Amino acid sequence: MGSTERKAFDNPVIEWVDSRLPIFTMMQKEYGVFPTPKNFNYFWNFGAIAMVMLVTMIVTGIVLAMHYNPSTAGAFDSVERIMRDVKHGWMLRYLHANGASFFFMAVYIHIFRGLYYGSYKKPRELLWILGMVIFLLMMATGFMGYVLPWGQMSFWGATVITNLFSAIPLVGDSIVTLLWGGFSVDNPTLNRFFALHYLLPFVIFAVVFLHVWALHVTGSNNPLGIDVKTPQDTLPFHPYYTMKDTFGVLVFLIIYAAFTFFMPNALGHPDNYIEANPLVTPAHIVPEWYFLPFYAILRAITFDLNIYLAGAGAIGAVLVHQYCWVKTPDQRIASKIKPIIAVAIVLAIPGALLAFFKDVSFLKPVIEFIPFQSLSLMPAKLGGVLAMFGSIAVLFLLPFIDSHPVRSARFRPWFRMSVYVLLAVFVVLGVCGSKPAEGFWVPLAQVTTLYYFGFFLALLPWLNNNEPVQRVPGSIHEAVMSMPKSVLVALLAIGLVAFAPTQAFAKADKESAPVEKAEAATVDAEKTVTPAEGQEGSGEEHASQSEHSAPPAAGEEHGAATDGHHAPELPKQDWHFKGAFGSYDRAALQRGFQVYKQVCAACHGMKRVAYRNLSALGYTEDQIKSVAAEYTFMDGPDDEGEMFERPGKPSDHFKSPYLNDNQAKASNNGALPPDLSLIVKARVGGPDYLYAILTGYETAPAGTELAAGQYWNKYMAGNKIAMPAPLLEGAVAYEDGSPTTVDQYARDVTQFLAWASEPEMEERKQTGIKVIIFLAVFAFLMYRVKKKIWEKAH
Amino acid sequence: MSIENPAPDHGAHEDEGRRDFLFLTAAAFGAVGAGSVAWPFIDQMNPAADTVALSTTEVDLTPIEAGQAITVMWQGKPVFIRRRTPEEINSAETTDISTLRDPQTDESRVKKPEWLVLVGICTHLGCVPQGQKSTDVKGEYGGWFCPCHGSHYDTSGRIRKGPAPKNLAVPKYEFLADTKILIG
Repeated sequence: MGSTERKAFDNPVIEWVDSRLPIFTMMQKEYGVFPTPKNFNYFWNFGAIAMVMLVTMIVTGIVLAMHYNPSTAGAFDSVERIMRDVKHGWMLRYLHANGASFFFMAVYIHIFRGLYYGSYKKPRELLWILGMVIFLLMMATGFMGYVLPWGQMSFWGATVITNLFSAIPLVGDSIVTLLWGGFSVDNPTLNRFFALHYLLPFVIFAVVFLHVWALHVTGSNNPLGIDVKTPQDTLPFHPYYTMKDTFGVLVFLIIYAAFTFFMPNALGHPDNYIEANPLVTPAHIVPEWYFLPFYAILRAITFDLNIYLAGAGAIGAVLVHQYCWVKTPDQRIASKIKPIIAVAIVLAIPGALLAFFKDVSFLKPVIEFIPFQSLSLMPAKLGGVLAMFGSIAVLFLLPFIDSHPVRSARFRPWFRMSVYVLLAVFVVLGVCGSKPAEGFWVPLAQVTTLYYFGFFLALLPWLNNNEPVQRVPGSIHEAVMSMPKSVLVALLAIGLVAFAPTQAFAKADKESAPVEKAEAATVDAEKTVTPAEGQEGSGEEHASQSEHSAPPAAGEEHGAATDGHHAPELPKQDWHFKGAFGSYDRAALQRGFQVYKQVCAACHGMKRVAYRNLSALGYTEDQIKSVAAEYTFMDGPDDEGEMFERPGKPSDHFKSPYLNDNQAKASNNGALPPDLSLIVKARVGGPDYLYAILTGYETAPAGTELAAGQYWNKYMAGNKIAMPAPLLEGAVAYEDGSPTTVDQYARDVTQFLAWASEPEMEERKQTGIKVIIFLAVFAFLMYRVKKKIWEKAH
Repeated sequence: MSIENPAPDHGAHEDEGRRDFLFLTAAAFGAVGAGSVAWPFIDQMNPAADTVALSTTEVDLTPIEAGQAITVMWQGKPVFIRRRTPEEINSAETTDISTLRDPQTDESRVKKPEWLVLVGICTHLGCVPQGQKSTDVKGEYGGWFCPCHGSHYDTSGRIRKGPAPKNLAVPKYEFLADTKILIG
């Protein structure tokens, strides 16, 4: 746009700038009058929504980086400091953590919209490819960001994902060492992940710019998938779509805020509230939900590529090419199709036997007869990695695979059906990815993986040649005149609302996963664990089994002996702090603190809580001072260079009963009493789990062997626990006349520990209510504004 | 692009007013929202709760002899504590405050004349003045001398010469015992 074609602005300042740098002219051209098809449905909001989420992530990320310490020694602590001490820190971190999920959610919907309406087709191929580049960058960024809090899932996720590269033949191990900057995931790894996690969003931003640029060259696609023909087909971007996008963004933000303020950990893993420990792997590692489908594809390749399977596959590939990609198959092949298929089947039988049925006992004698079975063309590990990367690579190739002349699935019933199945397959893959890789889930993941690739590599090419070309409307204008608008509005509402619970359900599935592993018979009972019921119950329901069934050799957990059997369902308790309006009961907190101080503190530290924090329990400054002064702290060195002892101050953190972990283990039969600061957030079931453990002691059933220092607990995974029943009736004298029963002690101390885990909870919920009311009213206003503006267009 | 404006009818004016009101309300919501969102992002830079909680320092004064000074750390800054000699006290007290750039009596700057407690940061541009060690240059007035830009402070920490605009600040402190103070 040369300055000669520029139209002058009235405002002299704008004119002065614009005549030198025509940025206002550009804005007006690209975002003001930009001709946009007038028939967008609400799926077209997700580009703007994704943009808003990207900005949200960058802004919250920058402020978090101001407080984050990228070192293995300081990362976890600095994140907890953000949660507890930094002003509004909990909100910034929860916005960022949940923002990642919602960014992916928006982008997945955006991608699906592109797929469904054929937005990737000529002339928008490069636009789609740029979008895929953004998606890939997002995956890298999201993965590295998840490593930064340096919890157990961070550490082991980083280990597993970086190890993917070790599958590369010859240079794999060197690449992994290079990525780590050492011989395991360690400080150098964390440092570089932080550097890249800070960098990549800006790269994403740059690619988004190119993506939008490319969009403005070709113009937008639309639900009909037909080209804009006359000015009648379009509306200026502003105010029509600026207002519609604003409304859509606000609706999306309401759901985002609901998660952030009321169930901030619902999409995360309790294990990540346990600091990274290179010696103990959580029993059940799962990536963040947005990686689950790809993770499932990775794990679906459980078999080496034997020569029979390779042979059958090669024939299959030729047939797919001949019968799907090419319009009429080569005569030489078509005439011999029967013998070819016969050969393929003959090869496929031993191939499949070796690959999928090796462990079936009654087939063993048959399998033994297959010759050359040790010959493997590709190990399963490499196959899995290739499949996973391939599943993204096919998305890049999509514009060149699908050459059907009709864009929108609305006029392609066959394609539409295939895309719906693909969507279902993607969701099923996600569920498979969240389950342990065993039993029924493995073949399910394999079949769905086959469909995933089949869709792109066989079905789409076949549809190119065989799906009839329907008559499409002559123009957008003509079609709009006969479209029921309300249907689309309803679609959006359903789409947005349905998506959130889906996540919660996916999580609920995850939660029951380790149980299924343990005992199939209890599966049904376990599944009744309800998802996301208020924030406490929500995020915390699925890791404790995994945690406690960690190898006992590590001895890091109190459950010294765990064999992973039988974890009975936790009874739901009615907590004062449940639900959107729940708050802590101050009297219970004070009693709970008393129980902690007189009982738990003998073995368990709470190093993330400071005495000054007790003011939240309703203690006065003087009371806090005297509580702190009961403890002696080592300080110094003084002027003579000597260490000295002094009474505690309110700014001191709770004094640990042991000098270090080794002393703690030595004093407790080798089992480490875990620090209790985060225990409620770090266990599946949260407060219910804690209460259950505290009250679950029973005499061991006859025939149970308990080693010295082991006790029997109904709710402990494996039932053997190294902690003796801590609460005894009457052991703590309450001053307020509350019953001094084990049940009451357990309730009180659990509430106290819930507070210690989430001291910000009350402020969080109160803020959340305000935020959601504000957003809802604003969204309603914007809906009215949008309607008012769109009146003119109809 | 080609929107036909509906032909003006009788209710147009009233309708326009209602529409403007709606648009303005929505815009106001946007502005309020943006403002309220901005605040936590700015406020997060203020000192965090643990930082604030550490803002007091206890100092034992017993080892300091007359004429000596010590420097302690408070809120990340140096605090000068000087046990003044009778001559120093005398010269500080007898100074004619009308000649001072930042007029303050010595009495208003100490709790006990013997002990002078100051934030050891030059009020010019934040350097740490010299004069704590016996070997340091103490400036023309026997107090402190800031080598960065040549400010001279007297034995009450008041600015006497040089570019600094203010006297050395006196932090909030109290005597817990005869030889023990709590700063902050």
